[in-house]
Amino acid sequence: MTDPSSTAVPPAPALAAGIYHYDETDRRFLAERVEQFSRQVARRLAGELTEDEFKPIRLMNGLYLQLHAYMLRVAIPYGVLSSNQLRGLAAIGRRYDRGYGHFTTRQNLQFNWIKLVDMPQILADLAAVDMHGIQTSGNCIRNVTTDQFVGAAADEVVDPRVYAEILRQWSTLHPEFSFLPRKFKIAIIGGEHDRAAIAIHDIGIRAKRGLDGAVGFEIFVGGGLGRSPFLGRRLADWVAESDLLAYLEAILRVYNQYGRRDNIYKARIKILVHEIGIDRLREQVVAEFERIRGPKYRLDPAIVDAIHKHFAQPPFAELPADSVVLEQAKSANPAFARWTRSNLTPHQRPGYAAVTVSLKPTGGIPGDATSDQMDAVAALADRYSFGEIRVSHEQNLVLAHVRQDDLPALWQDLGRHGLETANAGLVGDIIACPGLDYCALANARSIPLAQEISRRFADLDLQHRIGELKIKMSGCINACGHHHVGHIGILGVDKHGVETYQITIGGNATEAATLGQVVGPAVGAERVPGVVESLIALYLERRTEGERFIDTVARIGVAPFKEKVYGATA
Amino acid sequence: MALLLKDGQPTEDSWVNLDDTVETIPEGSVIVSLDRWRRDRAALVARGGRLGVRLGSHHRTGEIAADLDQFALVALEFPKFRDGRAFSTARELRERHSYTGEIRAIGHLLPDQYQFLLRTGFSTVAVPDDANLASWQHALTEIDIAYQADVTEGTPLSLLRRKIELAANVG
Repeated sequence: MTDPSSTAVPPAPALAAGIYHYDETDRRFLAERVEQFSRQVARRLAGELTEDEFKPIRLMNGLYLQLHAYMLRVAIPYGVLSSNQLRGLAAIGRRYDRGYGHFTTRQNLQFNWIKLVDMPQILADLAAVDMHGIQTSGNCIRNVTTDQFVGAAADEVVDPRVYAEILRQWSTLHPEFSFLPRKFKIAIIGGEHDRAAIAIHDIGIRAKRGLDGAVGFEIFVGGGLGRSPFLGRRLADWVAESDLLAYLEAILRVYNQYGRRDNIYKARIKILVHEIGIDRLREQVVAEFERIRGPKYRLDPAIVDAIHKHFAQPPFAELPADSVVLEQAKSANPAFARWTRSNLTPHQRPGYAAVTVSLKPTGGIPGDATSDQMDAVAALADRYSFGEIRVSHEQNLVLAHVRQDDLPALWQDLGRHGLETANAGLVGDIIACPGLDYCALANARSIPLAQEISRRFADLDLQHRIGELKIKMSGCINACGHHHVGHIGILGVDKHGVETYQITIGGNATEAATLGQVVGPAVGAERVPGVVESLIALYLERRTEGERFIDTVARIGVAPFKEKVYGATA
Repeated sequence: MALLLKDGQPTEDSWVNLDDTVETIPEGSVIVSLDRWRRDRAALVARGGRLGVRLGSHHRTGEIAADLDQFALVALEFPKFRDGRAFSTARELRERHSYTGEIRAIGHLLPDQYQFLLRTGFSTVAVPDDANLASWQHALTEIDIAYQADVTEGTPLSLLRRKIELAANVG
């Protein structure tokens, strides 16, 4: 088989379907923003801005100061990239970082070894592929996230990309909401099944259809993890499409005015919801909404149509539902068959599948991809998936529109780059934050622990026998690794200068969102992999036919797991 | 203290921003705190000069809504630049209460917020004497695209342009 990177690329990336294409205005805006940031850096260097004043400015452009270096967080709006953009990111990783990048739980990409002096050129390189770091940090509306299978999933009712893009534009340098009490995260999905964890966002949106086919939105508010985890509460069951922006403006205005600013840990909207209650918040939001509802805030259907055109379906072929090539390859090759069981998602179109490209090889760093791997995935996207790539909040990549006939060849190609691990949704598919290896906030390391756990479960047949199991790990209470909603959640804490880990089970980030329960006292790093093994061993002993790990936890409760882990020492 | 207009040009400040500790209310145009307004309302109305009211970032527009016709100016304070409540307050004064007088930003502000101020309804900004006015003026030129509706125009530029494109395509 030929090397994908050397093959002629069929569709020109500029024509790739399913991607919002910047126009003249978008490009002009980005150029202005890059220029503005260069001036801000100059004013900081001249002493005109204090570090305290400069910090929110650089954060709103994605630039953090971490333990060892600057970290640049690049926005990947709703996790959708063109192959050209992915190549642009690969080149930046090669030139200005150490030849790799880290995909995050917010569908973004982080470069961990950035020099301040390189920043203007990096921003220019990003702008050349219509990318930036705007609003990936700071107390503003952050990059909007969504389901990684948008426009592909068989269970999709409404394409949420259209509204995610409208929200991206609406929230970009919003004059009223750029200095909120705290950061503000919005996630949107377009079907019953929630793959974007909307329950743990400041605002979670489910797009749906009324009986007449019209689009409307169910709105949840006040979800969030961190030191006070809350699941979002339903604020509205139906907000009409034309009212979407007015309704969100109303929520944001109430939050901007009433959200707490006296304590950074109580400033998220979840605390406001908790303190005044969902009913009173709803009264205030509805009162504001009724006042501002009108032509100015109305989302014109013509605009929705115009944005919709960017997300037209790619030129799918008419294919039979079942692929003979695929079935034959599965019979011939058990390793390939195993990969198809874990890494494929049913597609809207007959004869196609959505493919999860695992960034979780055994012993690897969850979410890391080398520049060479990014280039390889870009080439594979061009060859097999209309030149587009998605990033999932579970820190994997997705090729959303692959012909089933092409799956054996794609799998072979992925294997050449270490990207064929058959573990999507399984125990090796661990979400982990960067932790104490990089992050200035962390109390404990998470990467080495994730690596060790994945080594313990290196046997992919064992992973498949265990079935769906989502381990989520955070190196501190800020919960970037979503540990509260992990089937097994692992939280690093600093106990008298020693890194210890608190373990929860039964958490769930989907439409059945649940916060996990603590199993028992925190344990040292060296014990964590053993504890995970014990929890899984008990599950395998006790599960009934078809039961997933979380189903067993829900049925038998935490106590048997606690006894299994701590019984000997308790 | 320099006072900047919407175009970035400094202007003469004809107002006295009166501290609560000053007992005697001077002649001419004065800005008083909301507390002072509540306490000395009768005297302030009787004196006849132009009157302005000063709100802290925790005050809501509802607290002065009924009295707005008394004020030629509302000053909104930013205790620190990160406290963005007054952006909402200004916008409410314009859009909900149809206030047409001067809205002045006072307190700790950065040039980088100048456009946000104007887009949410402020008319003037009081900046410290040592502020680099060139930075304030330049801030107005840096970003000339707005992606969302604000108090200054009915329809956001980029979305409007798309609508025009759409109309052109149809036509």
